[in-house]
Amino acid sequence: MLLQIKNLHAGINGKEILRGVDLEVNAGEVHAIMGPNGTGKSTLASVIAGREVFDVTAGEIFYKGKDLQKLSIEDRAREGIFLGFQYPVEIPGVSITNFMRTAVNEVRKFKGLDPLPAGEFLRLMEEKKQLVEITSNLTNRSVNEGFSGGEKKKNEIFQMAMLEPTLAILDETDSGLDIDALRIVANGVNKLRRPDNAFVVITHYQRLLDYIVPDFVHVLFEGKIVKSGGKELALELEEKGYDWIKKEQE
Amino acid sequence: MQSEHKEIITKERFLDLFEKNRALLTKNDTALLAGTREKAIATFARLGFPDTSLETWNLTSLEESFNRGYDYYLRPSEEVDVQKVFRCNIPHLDTAVIGQLNGWYVSKDVPLMELGNGIIMGSLAEARKKYPQLIEKYFGTVADDAGDGFTALNTAFAQDGVFIYVPDNVKSPKPVQLINVIHHDENIFLQSRNLIVVGANAKLSLVHCDDSYNHQASFSNIVTEIHVGEHGVMDHYKLQNLNNNSTLISSVFFRLEDSASLESHYISLNGGLLRNNIRVRFNAPHGRANIYGLYLMDRKQHVDNQVFIDHAYPDCTSSETFKGILDENARAIFNGHVLVRRDAVKTDARQSNKNILLTDTARVNSKPFLEIYNDDVKCSHGSTTGQIDQESMFYLRQRGIGEETARMLLMFAFADEIVTRIDIPQLRQRIEDMVKKRLQGELQICEQCVLHCSTPEHPVEFQIDLSKI
Repeated sequence: MLLQIKNLHAGINGKEILRGVDLEVNAGEVHAIMGPNGTGKSTLASVIAGREVFDVTAGEIFYKGKDLQKLSIEDRAREGIFLGFQYPVEIPGVSITNFMRTAVNEVRKFKGLDPLPAGEFLRLMEEKKQLVEITSNLTNRSVNEGFSGGEKKKNEIFQMAMLEPTLAILDETDSGLDIDALRIVANGVNKLRRPDNAFVVITHYQRLLDYIVPDFVHVLFEGKIVKSGGKELALELEEKGYDWIKKEQE
Repeated sequence: MQSEHKEIITKERFLDLFEKNRALLTKNDTALLAGTREKAIATFARLGFPDTSLETWNLTSLEESFNRGYDYYLRPSEEVDVQKVFRCNIPHLDTAVIGQLNGWYVSKDVPLMELGNGIIMGSLAEARKKYPQLIEKYFGTVADDAGDGFTALNTAFAQDGVFIYVPDNVKSPKPVQLINVIHHDENIFLQSRNLIVVGANAKLSLVHCDDSYNHQASFSNIVTEIHVGEHGVMDHYKLQNLNNNSTLISSVFFRLEDSASLESHYISLNGGLLRNNIRVRFNAPHGRANIYGLYLMDRKQHVDNQVFIDHAYPDCTSSETFKGILDENARAIFNGHVLVRRDAVKTDARQSNKNILLTDTARVNSKPFLEIYNDDVKCSHGSTTGQIDQESMFYLRQRGIGEETARMLLMFAFADEIVTRIDIPQLRQRIEDMVKKRLQGELQICEQCVLHCSTPEHPVEFQIDLSKI
């Protein structure tokens, strides 16, 4: 099992947001996590990635059999956890090239590999850029600075392609995308699917799941996964709306 | 050799010194210059040294610096035994290097070089003898010492320093690198005076480095006057890497004539107490001045940047962009004052000061200030002080970049906005390296001057002949 979450409780500034999440993800699977706003979807993603502002108050997270809570943010990333951000931060002065070279080489170092030679690195960049149809000049710019919403999300998938994670969590990657950008982003993800990796796709709408077809769909509501099913659950949600879940819970 | 031994700095000491040495100091003066000197000592007698009761000095106390006690020389010290270096090893940086040791010009061949294209470059003391009219025309006319005791004192005692003259229509083919090295076995007080004249439609790039060579305390009161003629272009780089026992009062006065253009870069990497007085006067319309500053301070270091831009004429553009990173107990002050006078319509003036504090004990006082007597202007100012952005830190670390590396990347990116403005590629590369080293705590003063002229492991011969001083 790649990821195993047991009875996870977490919050921020003393306010509990996750109230007992259980989730299991195996290699080769795509999981979708859906739910209304403010139910803890992004918090769950952040807690898996190790964001320090959130406190885990109870429960366990195992990744490749390791207790994730004992690993730093960077070590989780080096072990293959990738978070595609809902709102990628702009970092003026850090070029994408420099950023990615540093990241790729730190991950390689962690795995006991030598740094990638410059020529090879640039070839890899070119190859991965094409995956998400990034025009060449994007990579010489500062990280996300002045990017449109679509460019930022493409850039997230590009970084994912560069780092080849084992577990990718995409936090509302579809928000703010027009239909063309959505297709490009989804195609990128589909090309990266392999039997030995897994995706957790967080989304508010069913639309993305037309392009990235999930094996499992979970509904997160008030800090708990209250319903799980196959891809047809997403269609049902689309039809009945989240009120249906709310009513069921009451 | 005349020296005043290890005395603390007081107004009386210098007034007395002036009286006793009037003949020596005025020896090569024209009548006009002698008059300027007398006026200056009178101003100094009236003002004395600034203290914290003055608004522009209220956050910078010199008491501790003054009380250390310093030797002061009215002639070049002969005691200096420099066997080591002065060679700049920036790869492919082709500059004309001129040097000062303890405030005195160090001549390699001749004290004053006169190049084929009419450029004159060398010792101010020598220029005063050889070109009295030229010196008279500019000396003391750019620096305004009316309200400034340090500048008045410098003018009164001005003997040597560097003189650069670029005639009208001449573009200096390579940057001039002026290196001030302080190297003395005792605490030393020094005052040098530089005069730079860039003619009409002329161009000069000047790299001006302040360095110390050992850990001995020093107090420098350096005044530089820079005149830029009509359509003249001046690129100015001030690089400071002094030891933690050094006090530097650096006053640079710029006067810009019609359509003159100035870019000035202040890079402060190390120093005990650094005070930069940067004063720009637009003396005619259509001038342009961009002043950039970067300071990286730690321990108990103190940096105080005082920028004054006098928009006295219409259609001039100025900007101040200062950024600092402060660690441990460091203290920074930014005081940007833009004065837009009544007739200065179409003035465009911008001020920005941004700081990162790495500890709770580092402190910044930032005061961008616009004084405007005209409605038809575009002016803006802003100041921010904060910590390293935690969102950015999380983003970088989530990609596998270690915490320390991520912090370095962000600090360097912050500093790079200033470094990237350096127009000479080799110099920019070197400064980038130095900034990285500084941020990683690897830059050791005494291993070298800001341009890495030498390291103790690689003693190289002094490229500049000291035998003549």
